Amino acid sequence: MDQALTNNIVLKVSNLKKSFGDFHILAGADLDLKEKQNIVILGHSGTGKSVLFKCIVRLIEPDSGGINVLGQDILALEDEKLTELRIKIGYVFQGGALYDSMSVRSNLEFPLKYTKGAKRTQTELNELVEEALVNVGLIESIDKMPSELSGGMMKRIGLARTLIQKPNILLYDEPTTGLDPVTSGEISELILKIQEEYNTSSLIISHDLKCIEITANQVNVLKEGKFTATGTLDEMKHHEDPFVNSFFK
Amino acid sequence: MTKSSKLKDAIADFLLGIGDMGAFISSIFKSFLRHGVNFQEFTRQCYRIGNQSLPLISITGFILGLVLTLQSGPTLAKFGAESMLPGMVSLSIIREIGPVIVALIVAGKVGSGIGAELASMRVTEQLDAMEVSGTNPISFVVTTRVLAVSFMLPLLVLYADAFSILGSFISASTQYNISLETFFHKAFDVIHYKDLFPTTIKTFFFGLSIGIIGSYQGYFAKRGTEGVGEAANSAVVKASISIFIIDLIVVNITQLLT
Repeated sequence: MDQALTNNIVLKVSNLKKSFGDFHILAGADLDLKEKQNIVILGHSGTGKSVLFKCIVRLIEPDSGGINVLGQDILALEDEKLTELRIKIGYVFQGGALYDSMSVRSNLEFPLKYTKGAKRTQTELNELVEEALVNVGLIESIDKMPSELSGGMMKRIGLARTLIQKPNILLYDEPTTGLDPVTSGEISELILKIQEEYNTSSLIISHDLKCIEITANQVNVLKEGKFTATGTLDEMKHHEDPFVNSFFK
Repeated sequence: MTKSSKLKDAIADFLLGIGDMGAFISSIFKSFLRHGVNFQEFTRQCYRIGNQSLPLISITGFILGLVLTLQSGPTLAKFGAESMLPGMVSLSIIREIGPVIVALIVAGKVGSGIGAELASMRVTEQLDAMEVSGTNPISFVVTTRVLAVSFMLPLLVLYADAFSILGSFISASTQYNISLETFFHKAFDVIHYKDLFPTTIKTFFFGLSIGIIGSYQGYFAKRGTEGVGEAANSAVVKASISIFIIDLIVVNITQLLT
């Protein structure tokens, strides 16, 4: 059971397959994420990057294959154990996915208040919320509503809400898409800072070269439902496959 | 595609839809039995539903009583039966017209709101975010709304009934000089506890169906913003149909029992 952990692998995806009708989105994807590693996943639209993330947290059930998270087979877990493990995987959604009827403070308090077994005093909640907001540099937005925030701010708050549960693994779904180059750079630096401070391992879906340069220890290229190339950013830039090269031109 | 295969597909879709709805209802009940209800969110939803609907229901209820009396009065007067007006109007409001009209208003206002809100939460991944953070969205979002509509609708119906009877009295007193005392004496002469009880049960089920259908349409919304509009629209249409079906069933059961 703990074979993956002994190799410092915190997340192992093996031969993962998922189809929607006749569309084979994932066709045997394999991936190993090690402790404190940042892997950037590259691939064209519709190649199954987000589906892979959703399979990892079991928002989508894969057709076959294995997913081992922190030494546990997530596909075999029942409700309560699944919830416990999900808390250790932070999912940062593309648009932030903030609860738009709640203020920033309530958004951050939400996972702490309503997760099973989470009983904290209001003082503890305030401290945790403020700490998370300071970490993403948005403490002044604590009482704002999501509609008052810019796209970049929403992504940061979404990240803060994920961090507040102190996850071991972070899944970033296009964290810099739709942002201007300056904000995009800030978010990328933030991802790196978070990794150093929280000792997290991350999977990052991104097409933003600047973000990849700042954050990636390793780049995996997803093509036709499988990872066809893996290596450092430099190796990928000089890869013999023109498909892989095309992402860096 | 031939007509017969189209028909087969339509039947299959319909049956699959019923199966999905059954599974959804079962997950709501399971979640309620396992996690109970978040009281804070439940009261917030009750307040929203009541607050949203009160002005519209007050006006509609009042006008309903007024118009019903204006329409029925001349017919009864032909037979010299004006004295039966308060009882007849009050009874029809309490037993049938009040609950159905208020339920249809709530289906339009609250059911569509629930459908649109949940659909918007679905397409902006808020429900997914809730689930991956370890909170059960069925428990927090759906159960609270379904229970809030089921709990508030009977109260709103009673409130609307009161306004309708007030409207009826104003109309009756101006047309036929019926005093307040006579009106209420005649009205409460024919209204019994057995008229109120089935009505309250009926409106609870109306609320349940509005909440469940609105939540179902929103929870499983697809196709981005288009799906939000579609969810709101189908929540109203399906909830309205369900109101008439429940009404028919309850009236038949009530008649069998009395």
